Amino acid sequence: MLKIDNLELNYGVIRALKGITMEVNEGEIVTLIGANGAGKSSTLKAISGIEKIKSGSITFMEENLHRKSAQDIVKRGISHVPEGRRIFPGLTVLENLEMGAYLRKDKEGIRQDLKMVYERFPILEARSKQDAATLSGGEQQMLAMGRALMSRPKLLLLDEPSMGLAPILVREIFSIIKDIKKQGTTVLLVEQNARMALSIADRAYVMETGSIVLSGSGEELASSKDIQKAYLGG
Amino acid sequence: MKQSFSRKNITALLILVVSVILLSVMFGLIPPKWQKTFITACYYIIGALGLNLIIGVSGQFSLGHAGFIAIGAYSVGIIFQSNATIYGFALGTALGIVITCAVALIIAIPTFRLRGDYLAIATLGFSEIIRIVIQNLDITGGASGLSYLSFEGINDQGMFIMMVITIMLAILLIVNYVKSSHGRATVSVREDEIAAEAMGINTTKYKTVAFLIGASLAAVAGAYFGPMNFFIKPGDFGFTKSIDVLVIVVLGGMGSLSGTVVGGIFIAVMNTFLQDYSEIRMILYALILVLVMILRPRGLFGNKEITDIWKKKTKGAE
Repeated sequence: MLKIDNLELNYGVIRALKGITMEVNEGEIVTLIGANGAGKSSTLKAISGIEKIKSGSITFMEENLHRKSAQDIVKRGISHVPEGRRIFPGLTVLENLEMGAYLRKDKEGIRQDLKMVYERFPILEARSKQDAATLSGGEQQMLAMGRALMSRPKLLLLDEPSMGLAPILVREIFSIIKDIKKQGTTVLLVEQNARMALSIADRAYVMETGSIVLSGSGEELASSKDIQKAYLGG
Repeated sequence: MKQSFSRKNITALLILVVSVILLSVMFGLIPPKWQKTFITACYYIIGALGLNLIIGVSGQFSLGHAGFIAIGAYSVGIIFQSNATIYGFALGTALGIVITCAVALIIAIPTFRLRGDYLAIATLGFSEIIRIVIQNLDITGGASGLSYLSFEGINDQGMFIMMVITIMLAILLIVNYVKSSHGRATVSVREDEIAAEAMGINTTKYKTVAFLIGASLAAVAGAYFGPMNFFIKPGDFGFTKSIDVLVIVVLGGMGSLSGTVVGGIFIAVMNTFLQDYSEIRMILYALILVLVMILRPRGLFGNKEITDIWKKKTKGAE
C-alpha cells in the first residue's frame, strides 16, 4: 500500500533521514520505534507532505507522492495525527471534527462518519459543544484521532498517541487503534512506548539516528535481545 | 440553516439602514470638535477591522498596514486632483483596492514562509518600501505630498454616513467570511498551522485570502484619510501608523469585531479628551493603554462579540 524507498530528508544541514526504506501493507498495523531524534516523526511528516523530502520516493497505492502538496495527499487517503495531538483549541469539539472532513463534499457520508466517531469515542459526543482546549489530554488524543478518521482515510498515521497519558488511557487508546485496524484502516504508528506498540503491531521497524536498523514482526522484535536491552529496559 | 442565514442578513441590513439614519441625525447634533473625533474613529475602525482579520482571525502578525493605507490614500488623492466628486472617490478607492491587492499578493508570496515576529518585521519592511516608493514618484508629489481639493457635494456629515456604511459592510463581509467554511479553515490555520495542513487545508491560500481582504480594507481606510485631512504626505504613513491600528486591534481584543469598533471609538475619544493636556498627552495615552492591558489582558472584548450576550442570556442583558 505504502512503499518508501531510500528516503532522505534534511533540516538545513541536519540530516534527519539518511535513506530509509520500508513498506506498509494494506490492513496492517506497522510501528516505527526508536529513541528521541531517530527520525520517526520526520518520516510521518514526509509521508503526509508537511516536510519536503530531499531525495528518494514515497509511493502510495501505486502512485508517487513526490511534490504532492499536503492537501493532495489527504485527498488520496492518508490522514496524519500529528505529535502532541494539535487539536484546534479555539474551536469546539464538533468544529474540530468537521475540520477533519474539510476536503470532503459528501454531506451524507460526513454525517455517517461523525456518528461512527461518536460511537467510537462517546466522550466526544458528550462534549461536542465544548471548546476543545477544555478537554483532558486523553480526550484531546481521542479528538485528534476522531478528527483524522473524519477524512475517511485508507492509511492513518499516528504520531505518539500515548504521549503524556496515564497508563490506563494508553491501554484504551491502543485498543482503539486495534479496532480501527479491524474496521479496515491501515495504521502506521510511531511510538516511544515500544513495548505497547510492539504488542499490537503486525510488523515493526526500529530507527536510530535517521536510519532503519532492524525490522521484523512485532513478536519477533519484542523478544529480541537487542531490543529488550535498548528499548524495553532489559 | 440556509434560510435563517439569509434571514439573518436581511435583519442585519435593516438594522444597518436604521442605525445609519439614527447615527447621522445624532452626528448633526454634536459639536464640530466631536464630529471630527467620530470621523477619525470611523477611519481607524475601517483600518483596524482589516487588520483584525489578518491578526485576529488568520493569526498572522502583520505590521504592514500603513503601506496599504498609503496606497488607498494616494489613489484617491491622485484622482481627486482632477475629479473631487463622489465618483472620483469611488474610482480612487477601487483603484486603491486593486493596487493594494496586487502589492499584498507580491508581499504575501515571500513573507508567508515566515511566522510570528519574523513576519511582523518583514511586513514592516515592505510597508516602508511602499512609503519610500511613494516619496520618490512624481505623480504622488514626492516628499511634499498632495493637497486635496475639497470633496464636492460631501460635507462632514456625508462623509460620516459613508464611513458608517463602509464599516457595516466591512463587518458583514468579515462575519460572513468567518462563518463560511473558508473562514473556519482560516481560523484553524490560526489555531494550529501544522494540524490544519495535516487536515488537508491549503494554509498559504487562506492566509493570503485573509491578508488580501484585510489589506483592501486598509486601502479603503486610506481612501478616507485624504478627504479627512485635506493633505497627505509620505510621512503620514510611517510605521507608527501601523502601530496605531495595531493598538486598536489589541485593545479591543484580537478576533473580536465588536472589540475593534469599541477600541477605535475609545482611542479617538481618548485622544480628543487628552488634547486639553497637551504636554503630558502621550504619557497619559500610554498609561491608559498599560492600565487597560493589565485589567483586560486579552483586550476589552477578548475574542467575544457583543452578540454573544444575546446568545447566552435572552433579553434584559442590555
